[in-house]
Parts: sequence; structure tokens; C-alpha cells
Amino acid sequence: MTNWSPTRITRAMLALAIVLSAFPLYWMLVIASRTNSDAVAVPPPFLPGGNLGQNIVAVLNNEDAHFLLGLTNSFIVASVVTVSVVIISTLAGFSFASLSFKGKNVLLLLVLLTMAVPLQQMGVVPLYRLMVSLGWTGTLKAVILPYLLNGFGVFLMAQYTRQAVPMELVEAARVDGAATLRIWWNVVLPAVRPGMAVLGINTFMLMWNDFMWPLIVLTPDNPTVQIAITSLNARFSTNYTLIFAGTALSIIPLIAVFVAFGRQIVGGLMEGAVKA
Amino acid sequence: MSIDTLPRAVRPSRHLPPGRRWRSRLDVKVMPYTLVSPYFILFAAFGLFPLAFTLYYSLYDYDLAGTTEWTGLGNYAKLLADEDFWNAVTNTVGIFFLATIPQLLLALFLANALNKRFRLRLAVRMSVLLPLVTSVVAVAVVFTQLFARDWGLVNWILSWFGVDAINWRAERIPSWLAIATMVDWRWTGYNAIIFLAGMQTIPRDLYEAAAIDGATRRRQFWQITLPMLRPTMIFVVLNSTIGGLTLFSEPTTFYGGNVDGGSQGQFQTVAMFVVKQGFREFDYGYAAAAAWLLFLLILVGAFVNFMFVRRIGGTK
Repeated sequence: MTNWSPTRITRAMLALAIVLSAFPLYWMLVIASRTNSDAVAVPPPFLPGGNLGQNIVAVLNNEDAHFLLGLTNSFIVASVVTVSVVIISTLAGFSFASLSFKGKNVLLLLVLLTMAVPLQQMGVVPLYRLMVSLGWTGTLKAVILPYLLNGFGVFLMAQYTRQAVPMELVEAARVDGAATLRIWWNVVLPAVRPGMAVLGINTFMLMWNDFMWPLIVLTPDNPTVQIAITSLNARFSTNYTLIFAGTALSIIPLIAVFVAFGRQIVGGLMEGAVKA
Repeated sequence: MSIDTLPRAVRPSRHLPPGRRWRSRLDVKVMPYTLVSPYFILFAAFGLFPLAFTLYYSLYDYDLAGTTEWTGLGNYAKLLADEDFWNAVTNTVGIFFLATIPQLLLALFLANALNKRFRLRLAVRMSVLLPLVTSVVAVAVVFTQLFARDWGLVNWILSWFGVDAINWRAERIPSWLAIATMVDWRWTGYNAIIFLAGMQTIPRDLYEAAAIDGATRRRQFWQITLPMLRPTMIFVVLNSTIGGLTLFSEPTTFYGGNVDGGSQGQFQTVAMFVVKQGFREFDYGYAAAAAWLLFLLILVGAFVNFMFVRRIGGTK
């Protein structure tokens, strides 16, 4: 009969995968908690040292890196984009999934097309010129606005609404005289909350990680956290403890989100993959 | 609109007074468009406009003084004769293959392992996803240190086997390998989870029937799992193609945040080339034309890989 229990090789492979996945992060912690001479020692140290707090303070106090500002900025950018994208996508997703209107299929096709075009790389020149002419370069607005366009979000929420909210429910509410927005608020919103969570987590992580566009449109004195790390890296290229303390700080919010919502993230990815 | 003015109580719409009825018809006709309009306004401003203007810019010649001149397809002709551009294309495609082929194979086997029954399943799945939720730049910084010539861990381990210190950043193939490692570290677990999701949709009786017929596990994997995974495979390959051909963060961080991609441009990707032309040389037209060629490259890459996946899934 088929055997679904893992063989020894399978177990070993899983263990290796876990070790390899975790190692660079562990390594980050080792170097971030050491001194600089430890960091360049051969053989290198393999256990964390006692300087983590001190190195983190050094990063936060570093005048050139604006690290704290970077963390704050990333938090603002990621939060604003996440909230907006979730709202915009939930509204549009509801309309595509539960309402009927002329041109719906064409519009939905447009959404799918925007998903396939790497707009970030393609449109970078005009977007930059647009920000220059608006006088927004160097401001967070320039980073936030282009990312409010998120075809994936609309698509995901349309799929989710279609599955979570039966048409009969919408029609029944309509017969009862509820206006569209009230249906959205009372019927749809409670049902699609899990989908909103998945989209929100994804968007937050994507924004926190975004690099190319902020590198172009922001300046090092008003950075996002990724740009702050890049400045640290460029300016103090061999001061590994300092740079690693910065990278460790930059991933703490992501790890926190991941630990809190791990189940939803794994579930969301797997569900999304099967439906796409 | 009127959510606050409407009564909470149930009230059949055909008993509404004429004013209400008119409003409710408006609601049914107009509201669907209103709800999708924020998305499409954003689409016009940050999707359609940049695409159209990229095309427009690409037909003009910009210089540092700020003068512009119509050049038609001049930028494209210049790009096709530009060694630096072809260098960037070669690097991008090279890194893409170096990264993607082992990544998808590893992901497939990892997914197969994850599909077995064992304890702490969620914890194991979460750990292979861990790389995905860490920031790209942070991890690229860590890998750059691991690949350092004099005190990097990788060279230290290689020295046990008598390998001389490799200057990963200075040479072309080693730099590609280092960057491909970063990409694979990040995406292998993710793709494995996606494959796993695909595997779980395959009916178990297929395997049981095969087992009764005497098919070994290995045979089951090649004869059942792989062909049944074709739709998932197409999704994963297209995703990897778009991501791989627009690679930017890892190689840029590998060179300290600089878009030159090494002293000889040995790991400059097309996305880095676009940024360099546009925002270091301020040759907007040239950068825009390069962006369109990048798009073309993605289309060709996606098409070729799509056909490839269809073939392997079909013949097995």
C-alpha cells in the first residue's frame, strides 16, 4: 500500500531545509551580537556574543544612517498602503464578485493584465518625472501612491468574495431593501475578513521589503529602512556588527507578523496557489 | 451614499415611495462602478500613464542639459548595438538559469517531503517560508558577508577541501553563483509550499491504484505527481520568470547599493541597467527604451518557459 509516512531520507531533507532556511538569520544574530574583530575572525564565531544591545544602540544613534527614521517611515508607508489596498480591493472585489454591471468582464480582464506587467520596472522613468513635477521626490507620498495600485489585491478579493458570499445572500439583502453599501458593510465584510487578513499581511511584507523605487525616489536623509541599511552598508562596509545589528532590527517587525499570523500566511499562500 | 439614512428594519423595496425607488435604482446602476472606480483611477494614474509615457520617452533623446530631441527608434537601435546592454541581458539570463533550475527541482523534492505525514507540520511549513518574510536587502547583506573573500564563511568551508579563496564579487560566474544562492534561499521554500498546495489536490486513490499495480514511490512521483502538477508548475515558472528577469535588489546590494553591478558590470542586470541609465546618466529616453526591451524579454521568457513546461508535463 501507499505509505505516507516519511522515510529517513525525507526526514533528513526536511531537517536540512529547516537548518538552511534559518541559518542566515541565526548568523545575522551571531554577528550582530559580537565585536567587529570577532566578525572577521577565521574561523568565525558560531555562537552569539553579548554585544547585541550595544550594537543596536550604535545603529540607532548613527547620525548618517537615520535608522530610527527609516524604521518609522517604513512603518508609515507599509501601514498606509496596506490599509488602502485592503479597502480598495475589498470594495472592487465585492463589485466584481457579487454585482452585475455592463463591461464587468472587460474591466476584470484589465485587472488581470496589470497583474502580469511589472509596472514597477516598466514605468519607472515617467513615474519619477511625475514625482519631480509634483515636487514629491524625497517624500513618503512618492513611495505610497504608486503602490496603491494592486491588481493582485482586487483579483484575490474578487475570488474570495465569490467563494465566501453566496449570491442568494446578496439578493436576499437586496430584496429586503438594503442599499449596496449596506450589503457590503453588513453582509460581505464580515464574511471576507480572512481574505482581507491574507491580503493585508502580504501587502505589508511586500511594502516593508520594497527597495528599487524608494532607492530612486527617496534621499538617504529621509529613508525607508531598506534604504537606511543600504546607506549603512555603503558607508561602513566592513563594520559588520553595525550593519548586521541594523539588518536584525529591520526584520524584527516581519518576524513578529510572521509568528503572529503564520497559520494564515501558509494557508493563504496554499489556497491562492490552487485557485490561481 | 445613504447607509446612514436607510432604516435598519427590513422593508421590501416595492413599497418604497417614488423618491426612494429612484434612489435605489441609481444605487443598483451606479454603485458597482463607484466601487471599482478607486482602483481604476489609480490604474490610470500609476499604470496606464507610466506605460504610455515610457513609450513616449523612449522615442526622444534626452541629454544632461535638459534638451530633448525626437529620435524615433534611435534609442532602440542604439541599445541593440550597446555592448553594456547585451552584457546586462546575458547576466540577467545567466543568473536566471543558475537560480531557477536548481530552485524548482529542490522545491519539487521539498514539497514531496512536506507532503508526508509527520508531527509539527505547520511549524515545518513555516520554517521553510521563513526566508520569504525576511527583507531582501537585509539578507543580501548577510550573504554578501558570507561570500566575502577573506573572512567569509563560504570560503572558509571551501578551504577544508583545498579550494583557494574565491573572489566571489570580482569574477563573473562566481558572482552569478552567489546571487543565485541568495535568490534560491529566498524562493525555494515558497515554491515548495505552492507545489505542496498543488500536490494536495491530486486524488489519493491515484496513488493507491498505482501502488496496487506495483509502482514504486519514485515511479509514482514521476508518473503521477509531476504530470498532475502541471498547472501549478506553469504558475510557478511564470512567477519565477517575471521575478528572475526583473532581478534588482540582490545584485545591487551585493555591490554595496550600487547599480554598476561590479567593476566590469559582471553582475549588472537589465533592471539595474535601466536605473543606471535613467537615474545616474539621466538619459531618460534610453532608460525608457531599455525598460520596453526588458518587458519584451519577459514576454519572450514567459512564452518559452510556458511552452517548455507544457512539453515536459505532456510527454511524461
